[in-house]
Amino acid sequence: MAMQVTSMMKRFGETEVLRGIDLNVRDGELVALLGPSGSGKTTLLKIIAGLDWPDAGSLSVDGEDWLRVRAQDRRTGFVFQHYALFPHMKVRDNIAFGLNVMPKDRRPPADRIAAKVDELLQFLQIAHLGGRYPAELSGGQRQRVALGRALAIGPKVLLLDEPFGALDAAIRRDLRRWLRDVHDKTGTTTIFVTHDQEEAFELADRVVVMGAGRIEQVGTADEIFDHPASPFVARFLGATVELPVILRAGRAEAPGLDASLLERRALPDGFATLFLRPAEIDLERDDASPFRIRQITSTGALRRVMLDGTGIVLEAELPRQRGADPLKVGDHVRLRPDAGRIFPGAARKAPPAPIPLKKETHR
Amino acid sequence: MKRVLPGFGLSMGVTLTYLGVIVLLPLVALVLRGAEIGPERFWAILTAPRTLAALQLTLVAGAMATVVNAAYGLLMAWVLVRYDFPGKRVLDALMDIPFALPTAVAGLALSALFSANGWFGALLEPMGIQVVFTIWGVAIAMSFTSIPFVVRTVQPVLEDLDTQYEQAAITLGAHPFTIFRKVIWPVILPSFLVGITLSFARSLGEFGAVVFIAGNLPMKTEIASLLAVIRLEEYDYNGAAAIAMVLLVIALLLLVVSNLLQARALRYKAKP
Repeated sequence: MAMQVTSMMKRFGETEVLRGIDLNVRDGELVALLGPSGSGKTTLLKIIAGLDWPDAGSLSVDGEDWLRVRAQDRRTGFVFQHYALFPHMKVRDNIAFGLNVMPKDRRPPADRIAAKVDELLQFLQIAHLGGRYPAELSGGQRQRVALGRALAIGPKVLLLDEPFGALDAAIRRDLRRWLRDVHDKTGTTTIFVTHDQEEAFELADRVVVMGAGRIEQVGTADEIFDHPASPFVARFLGATVELPVILRAGRAEAPGLDASLLERRALPDGFATLFLRPAEIDLERDDASPFRIRQITSTGALRRVMLDGTGIVLEAELPRQRGADPLKVGDHVRLRPDAGRIFPGAARKAPPAPIPLKKETHR
Repeated sequence: MKRVLPGFGLSMGVTLTYLGVIVLLPLVALVLRGAEIGPERFWAILTAPRTLAALQLTLVAGAMATVVNAAYGLLMAWVLVRYDFPGKRVLDALMDIPFALPTAVAGLALSALFSANGWFGALLEPMGIQVVFTIWGVAIAMSFTSIPFVVRTVQPVLEDLDTQYEQAAITLGAHPFTIFRKVIWPVILPSFLVGITLSFARSLGEFGAVVFIAGNLPMKTEIASLLAVIRLEEYDYNGAAAIAMVLLVIALLLLVVSNLLQARALRYKAKP
């Protein structure tokens, strides 16, 4: 199944939930919609399923205009965040539901339905649970049943809303691998929504990063992680340190910053913002630097160092071993990032004030 | 197990004692009273034509009221939960009026409405339909006082029924009627059963509202609880106790049946 979403818009009252979404999904692809809550990703998923309607735009599946097809006739396998298993039906009946409610002329005979359910129970490794009620299952087992129920109708596309959101970390990792497996075996085009970047990157062929109703970037895990297309994506992917810099000949300059490990960028000279992940920042003692260590906390494997200077507060994560002369609170240090992303314009958090080039007298 | 809140023994003792004194003791007294009568006399009282007629009227009118309440109550609960409209909260509050209103007031209001020169009576009488002094009047009075039972038992269950179940059913290809039959109905059925049982039980016991509109003609529109009162006024304690016993047994049977049906319908809930 190939799907095309074109200039899709949706508003709830005053709020614009989708502001022009364009997205192509290829046949057999596993796509993640990644974004913070409120970015519109679940709304997009519901529109694809026919549970919601856009105000403008088009949705075409294999050349067919799906906005004219009722949800019942779209054959989408939708897996809800909290599974929405029918509580009064046993696992078998839940999985068979989509087949049992088919119109009489298309419904398979009862023994065929039973065989199909057996096959799915087998395939999803829950053969022993067929006779139980949903209330008697663990979260991970419910997730499998929900997927089985969605797969039973032979869906054109599988839609999963935060599929692992309600599970604890260990089960999450297992189920992630298992879902990838299921996808590879069935070949069903799959779109899932998540706010967890690790989940999106590990599982998906392609990740669609959404923010505030727009698609910010589409790409593979590495593309997005190493080359975020916008400050939003950089921030969302953990680059929480935003350093105001001045670009000169493609190199970022700021007091207390040693950008020698960063590549030169083909950007015009002027004000810019350097986005850094705390783990990308190395610190070197430098009494001429405006950055001073305020606090050092240990997370076990790492030391988290809080710094301030030039009007901003920032955080760096260092490996715990630091030789004979460890950094102490009050030390002045220089930032030496080994990776970073530069976007023209001033940082969001710091005002675009002229950056002091002389050493700041600290209090 | 260590309890978080102290005083289990005390609170349990108080509630059990209270239950015993206020609820169980009078019932026991009634049963003992009934037992004194002796089976033959008991049977004679029950099979007296006037008693039979009163019991029959009570049961039939109660059944009529319950059927109406079942349909209307379900619809009302649905409307209150599933739709938003101006005045919804007012309507919701109005549903409690039959509980709060003195039943005599309800009876007076209904008989004024349905009497020959009342608003409804003036319309119905020319069509040959008489409500006051007939079984219809009895059923209407019963229905009025017991309608909240169905609404108030179904409403919370419907509220808890996440629309995700319906959405899931839609994506699986189910059409509205199928969704109601296979997804919604089984979930609200247990509380619906409780609601109609309570409504029926209350209808059998309704007194204040009924006596104003029924006319209380012996053999015709005299309900069982009124007959018990009449027997009491005649100092016929045995007659009153026998009728009360029958009403008590019916009420207990209803509770048992309702609980069995409920347990069956709720068998999918996890056992602890």
